[in-house]
Order: sequence, then C-alpha cells, then structure tokens
Amino acid sequence: MTEAIQLLVGTRKGAWIYRSDAAREAWQVEGPMFLGQIVNHFVRDPRDGRTLLMAASTGHLGPTILRSTDGGATWSEASRPPAFPKGDPHGRSVDHSFWLEPGHTEEPGVWWAGVSPPGLFRSADGGDTWESVEGLNSHPQVMDWFPPQGGTPDGAILNQVIVDPRDARHMYLATCSAGVLETTDQGATWRPLNRNVRCDFLPDPYPEFGQDSHFVALAPTDPDRLWQQNHCGVYRLDRPGERWERIGEAMPKEIGDIGFTIVPHARDRDTAWIWPMDGTEVWPRTSPGGRPAAYRTRDGGASWERQDRGFPTEQGWFTVKRQAFCADAADPMGLYIGTTGGEIWMSGDEGESWRQIAAHLPEIYSISAVPAG
Amino acid sequence: MIRVSIPSQLIAYTNGATRVEAEGATVGQALDDLDRRYPGLKFRVIDEQDRIRRHMRIFVGQDEARTTAAPVPSGGELLIFGALSGG
Repeated sequence: MTEAIQLLVGTRKGAWIYRSDAAREAWQVEGPMFLGQIVNHFVRDPRDGRTLLMAASTGHLGPTILRSTDGGATWSEASRPPAFPKGDPHGRSVDHSFWLEPGHTEEPGVWWAGVSPPGLFRSADGGDTWESVEGLNSHPQVMDWFPPQGGTPDGAILNQVIVDPRDARHMYLATCSAGVLETTDQGATWRPLNRNVRCDFLPDPYPEFGQDSHFVALAPTDPDRLWQQNHCGVYRLDRPGERWERIGEAMPKEIGDIGFTIVPHARDRDTAWIWPMDGTEVWPRTSPGGRPAAYRTRDGGASWERQDRGFPTEQGWFTVKRQAFCADAADPMGLYIGTTGGEIWMSGDEGESWRQIAAHLPEIYSISAVPAG
Repeated sequence: MIRVSIPSQLIAYTNGATRVEAEGATVGQALDDLDRRYPGLKFRVIDEQDRIRRHMRIFVGQDEARTTAAPVPSGGELLIFGALSGG
C-alpha cells in the first residue's frame, strides 16, 4: 500500500519540501528554505525520523551543515562543520560537503560526510561537530587516489558513503577519481574495489583505481549485491566477489549505459532503474535524442526495458544528477527524478508511467523520499 | 576596539547588524573575536588553513588584506565584503 511521502529537495539555490497525500496524488510545497544557499544534499535520519541535515554553502561563504532536530520546524548550524586539520600537509580546505549519510542503526547520532576536495568526516553527535577520518584523509595514497586535477566540473568529490546495514564496520565510498573504496574497520584502512570497471579516460583502461564511480547502491534485501552507475557504464557486483560485471552492455546501443545514478528496488534484488544520458563526443549528459526515459532491469541487468510513458516524446533534454533520482519504499514503489531544469517527475507505478509534479525550481541537486511520518 | 562592516551574506550571524565591533591587532585576531561574539561567522569567511575564502574580500581601511596576518590599528576599521559571485 502507498503512504504519504515527503520529498526533500536540495537545489543550487535553496531547499524545498514536497508533501504528498496518502495516494501520492496531491503534493503541497513548503519553501524555499535557505534561499540562495547551495544545497548539495538534504536528508532525514531514518533512525529517529526527525533529524534533518543539509550540506550547504553559498557563492561567497564557506561550507557548513544545517541541522534540524524537529523535522524542519527550526534550524541551526553545525558548531564545527567538516574541516581538514589545520596545517594539513596537502593544504586542503573543504570547499563543500557533497554527501551526508546517516550511520548504522546501532550507532544513533553517527553521521558521515563526503566532501570536496575528496575527504571523509564523521559526526558522533547528530551532525553538530565533525572529525576528519584520518584513515582516509591521511592515507599514504590519498593524493594518488584524489589528485588535485581529478574531478568533476564542480571539483573533485567524495560523492557517496555507504554503510553496510549488517555491519557498522563495513563501508564503501564512491569517488570521482579512485572509484569504489572499501573498509572493514570503519574507516581505519581502505582498499580499492574496482576490478573490471572500465576507465576509458586513462592509459590503462582497467586500473586498480582511477575510475569515476558516479553512484553505488546496495540492494535493500541483499546488501551483498552492489549496483553501480559509473562514468563508464553500469555494473553489478555480488560479494564476496571482487569482479564487477558490466550489465550496461545489455542496454540498447543507441542509448548507451552512461548516467549519474542507479536506484535498486526496495524488495526485489534483481530489479533496478537507471537514467541514461548522452555520453557521446563532448558528453552532453542530456536525455539521448531529447527523449527522456528511465530503463528498468528485472533480471539483474541481463536485459533492460524502456519506461518513458508521460515524458516528452521530443525536445526533452533532461539532466539528472547523482542524488536526484530516488525511490520510496511503498508498494508499488514511487520513483522520483529532479532535473537540472528544476522539474520533478514521479512515477507511482514503478516506472510504468510518469508525471510532472513540480517545475520552475532552481537546478536540482538532490531528492530524498521519506515517509511523511 | 575595531569597527567592523558586515556584508549581507553574514548578517544572519550578527542578528541583522551591519556594523559591529571587535578586538584584535590583526585580521585573524579580529575574526577570532568576532567568532566568539557570533559563533560560526569566521569559518564562512576564512578556511581551515587560515586563507581568506575565494569570494570574500577583507579591507583594513582602504587597504585590502591578503592574509589573516594583516595588522589592524587600534580604532581602525575592518570591512568585509562578498566579492562578485552570483549566477
């Protein structure tokens, strides 16, 4: 059955909350919040259902974390936002926080932040104060993994932190220049996990590290199944295996398997959605042919089906960034995309049909769907 | 005592005040004092390596301060501006 949903929307110019009715038909908007702030990520703590964190900065001011502990009624600023240690040998300073991840369910109050330039930070007090995770930030290979010239148009990023729901010590990172990194000791030590992931912008197309891992998701019902949307294709890895399989090879050649994000099904380990974008020539990163569509696999990536009903059939040049494609956990699942053109589209039937529920927002950076609570 | 001019980007920290006071013999010391009075303000202007952020400009009187070590005379004026960074 469906339930009322909140969409937490972070944009280049502030944040908004969209609230649905129980049928997910009618949506009400609240906002803007922090108009003008660059909000890279806006998430709610699933452990208490009321703590909200935003990764924020502005064109002028340095980065910070904005916090609410009452579901968004009141906000305060982190008293010690993520910052590299003073005197950092590499001269790093945090430009912006990119990803906020609630910690393991057995560690209430723990949060993780991925930042630009790539770095990892941990909070043990609900996001109020943050400490550098030196096991990564001072790793002997940190400048090999995160070279200053590596990275996206907005800078190099540690773009994702993933905590194994079965084991707080087991975590993955998705990064723009070292691919996927794994720890089994909660960040004290790290190793690359990129075997067979292509890197067509380096001399060695299959290096140990160097890949641009756009997004990694664990299958909710099988955390040993990893889905990855990489700069160079769509992959799947079943642990304890080490070798990724390029399941995007089964995509139609005229569409390709380039994109920023991938969404697994809440209950079916074989089902996931991708949002392909044009990766030809100068990498337009728009819907191929101007015809927006999601693609769904229901067999672990062996085959893909196009889902475009409701979207423009021509001249639809959508770009959907890393954190801007998400799902709720209702049955049937709701899927949500946010575009850089400020539109939100949803599907209430697992991608069979889509409709626009918001327009005219600033460039959307992130969408998170949570139960209205 | 130093007179400090606060730009619009930072008035959320000063309860809306655009003119405040601080103490210190350098830009860095003045910002430390401002941060005690208005917690969180300094980090939005100065990064963790004590560099003035790229889109912030700080003047001591008519002279632009390039580092936090720039001296500020007693009774002087510190002007903080948000540089051009729109769009």
